[in-house]
Amino acid sequence: MITFTAVTKRFPDGTVAVDDLTLDLPEGKITVFVGPSGCGKTTSLRMINRMVEPTSGQVLVQGRDVMEQDPAELRRGIGYVIQTAGLLPHRTVVDNIATVPYLLGWDKKRARSTALELLERVGLPAAYAKRYPAQLSGGQQQRVGVARALAAGPPIMLVDEPFSAVGPVVRAQLQAEFLRLQQDLGKTIAFVTHDIDEAVKLGDVVAVFHQGGHLAQVDTPEQLLAAPANDFVADFVGRDRGIRRLGFRLADSLPVQPVDAPRDSEWVLDLDDRGRPRGWSRRGVTASMQSGGGTFTTADSLRTVLDLTLTSPAGVAVRVDQHGVADGTVDHAAIAAHIQDDPIRAAR
Amino acid sequence: MSVLTDVAAFLAAGSNWQPENPDGITARLLEHLQYTGIALAIATAIAIPVGLFIGHTGRFAFIAINAGNAGRALPTLGLLSLVVILVGIGLVPVIVALVVLAIPPLLTSTYAGLQSVDRATVDAARGQGMRERQVLLRTEVPIALPILMSGIRNATLQVVATATVAAYVALGGFGRFLIDGLAVRDYAQVVAGAVLVAALAIVLDLLLAGVQRLVVSPGVSGRALTRTTPRKVSP
Repeated sequence: MITFTAVTKRFPDGTVAVDDLTLDLPEGKITVFVGPSGCGKTTSLRMINRMVEPTSGQVLVQGRDVMEQDPAELRRGIGYVIQTAGLLPHRTVVDNIATVPYLLGWDKKRARSTALELLERVGLPAAYAKRYPAQLSGGQQQRVGVARALAAGPPIMLVDEPFSAVGPVVRAQLQAEFLRLQQDLGKTIAFVTHDIDEAVKLGDVVAVFHQGGHLAQVDTPEQLLAAPANDFVADFVGRDRGIRRLGFRLADSLPVQPVDAPRDSEWVLDLDDRGRPRGWSRRGVTASMQSGGGTFTTADSLRTVLDLTLTSPAGVAVRVDQHGVADGTVDHAAIAAHIQDDPIRAAR
Repeated sequence: MSVLTDVAAFLAAGSNWQPENPDGITARLLEHLQYTGIALAIATAIAIPVGLFIGHTGRFAFIAINAGNAGRALPTLGLLSLVVILVGIGLVPVIVALVVLAIPPLLTSTYAGLQSVDRATVDAARGQGMRERQVLLRTEVPIALPILMSGIRNATLQVVATATVAAYVALGGFGRFLIDGLAVRDYAQVVAGAVLVAALAIVLDLLLAGVQRLVVSPGVSGRALTRTTPRKVSP
């Protein structure tokens, strides 16, 4: 879908922003470009829609060299979301979303009705259509920016640090919605961030850039955490790699003990008459399920389960089925034993 | 007090307002508007395209920056006399002098308006697939419009006030009341002329303010923020 072949970008002042980059972005997946500032990640992204032109090498989009295409036409076929949203302040929200359809010469009615659908799709009420960007919060503007990028239905989206200007709570919310949207749409996405946590959370593939425009490692997020290619990547990925990697493994194959199996702890699991856990009790002292750990399902990650065992007074996480009925328990030792059989570690 | 009552009498005299009277207020008003209109049209046709080019490309910016200072340093009356010497008495010297007066504020404000546009907005517009002309006309100009309009209003005020120099070279306009009044020490006429110039300047500025309100998007002028109180629901 998008291929870099030996791409180098040298600016007129001699700075090499991207050095001999060869990279394939898989179709229908999110590829995250991550790295410290000045590593060439944004320059690489902008070479895809020819906002920056390569000094040497070749960038292919859908099999065609970008340098052989009309820049404006190329860009109209690629959704582009930037950090500050970059909305046109003099146009209403609906007209901002319809920017590319207007450029493509769609009739106004069709462009607007598409824009209104997208407004809803990105989670903004229809009443916002007539507002101006200045009347929206940063997070809302960014949603409009995403809707604008989607308006003409491009198969490819370039996304440059879209969530770095909003607070952590809104950011987490926008990230979750972005993933949900991508699940429905299946675009080929290049996503730039300097935040490794965001990269690991959103990427199907993560490309870690090193200062000077070198590619340090390209891998799945789990592999990146499990096996950093070198000290730079290990350092950049940061601490708690082991725990964070558990976030990618589901608890579906985790062996559990029967709920009524004898335990070392004096804490007793209270169940209601249908077998749903209510909490823990010990000699008349009770802890609710909310405050004392919690329950998990097979769709939760090992990281969640491990955390539950740490917060449960009995040191035990309780698994429930789809009706909320307790069907097994697990303690730290069982999780530790399970992780020992790690397929990735075994492969190394 | 007698001057003031004389001024009032001059302005109230019906004969002064009759369109047929070639020395009347109505005739002078039309002449004054003619000089102002021609000069502004020519100055706009020169300064705005040049300002747009400089502001969009960032090239030759020194011209726009220095135009303001150079314009202030040029004495209009001196320039007028010079052109009269070169081409003789007539409309041309007056228009040349007024055009030269109007270009600096127009050029400087056009350039400053484009400079004020957030680079990220321009980058985003280009990134969506706008061609350079579309970036200029659909993004930069609409956002720069409040500053551009203030330059037009500024130029208009200066030209209206200065168009009185036409009378120096035997043309009409409100300047006639000033020159003729001074010649015969009819101070009521002089003051009346000054009052008429000021009134015309105010009227034109109000008109242009109305135009500005029509052409500038509420999203840029800030009116959108006061017109409706946006409820900033968490995103």
